[in-house]
Amino acid sequence: MQRLITALIAGIIFGAGLVVSEMVNPVKVQGFLNIFGNWDPSLILVMGGAVVVTLISSRFILRRVAPMFTDSFELPVSTIIDRRLILGAVLFGLGWGLSGYCPGPGLVNALINPNEAIVFIPALLIGAWIGKGVSA
Amino acid sequence: MLESIPISALYGGILIGISASMLLLFNGRIAGISGILYRLIFNPFDSNERNWRLAFLIGLMVGGYLLLPIDFELREGYSQILLALSGLAVGIGTRIGNGCTSGHGVCGIGLMASRSIVATIVFMLSGIITVTILSAYTGLGG
Repeated sequence: MQRLITALIAGIIFGAGLVVSEMVNPVKVQGFLNIFGNWDPSLILVMGGAVVVTLISSRFILRRVAPMFTDSFELPVSTIIDRRLILGAVLFGLGWGLSGYCPGPGLVNALINPNEAIVFIPALLIGAWIGKGVSA
Repeated sequence: MLESIPISALYGGILIGISASMLLLFNGRIAGISGILYRLIFNPFDSNERNWRLAFLIGLMVGGYLLLPIDFELREGYSQILLALSGLAVGIGTRIGNGCTSGHGVCGIGLMASRSIVATIVFMLSGIITVTILSAYTGLGG
């Protein structure tokens, strides 16, 4: 039960962060990626602010033997930089630019802008389903 | 340009960082939205992991929705084809690349994972190129 409550609260704070930072606004995100046009640099602060927090907190958290409410940390173990990673990142960046949505803001927009989410989210899940079978 | 950057962007980023730190400290899990979503959808019988994923995503959606300013301007009339292509590319890309803005960009870099640093640089560049071409040809995304 504890881990459900902590996950719920973490989710709410994440959603709040996406709104406060305006990441939920796809026009803003596209403006951030449009560095050769009318560039809106503010999302650097979003990434920067988030990364500074995780860089510091991760150091301390991972000194623990285990998380507070589960038995173990579940962290990605792979360190291999391969074609899948690169191709995946290229495709993700392409999709991100085409709409201004990455998965988090895309999901939140199910409630904010359902006219767009009703196209984006099913396409996202179909893409993920296709991606499972792709061996790059 | 610099004076146009709202400080709220920094506050929002810090909130995202706090959320990711909480999920790591309390639950030992990475706050990567794409990974959480896909594992929930494609692995729904893992009941031990399913419920926290669902709780996190519900919190994310409802939290974002409830805090939305009333004067938030919805984008209207955006190309449905671009939205569909975007969803497909984001879905395939984040699945085979194992992460998105949150998993690689926020959590992975926080853990100083080389894969995440490379992925973040690549998807940022790819996004920049995409929007540059898009705005040149369509005026969209400008």
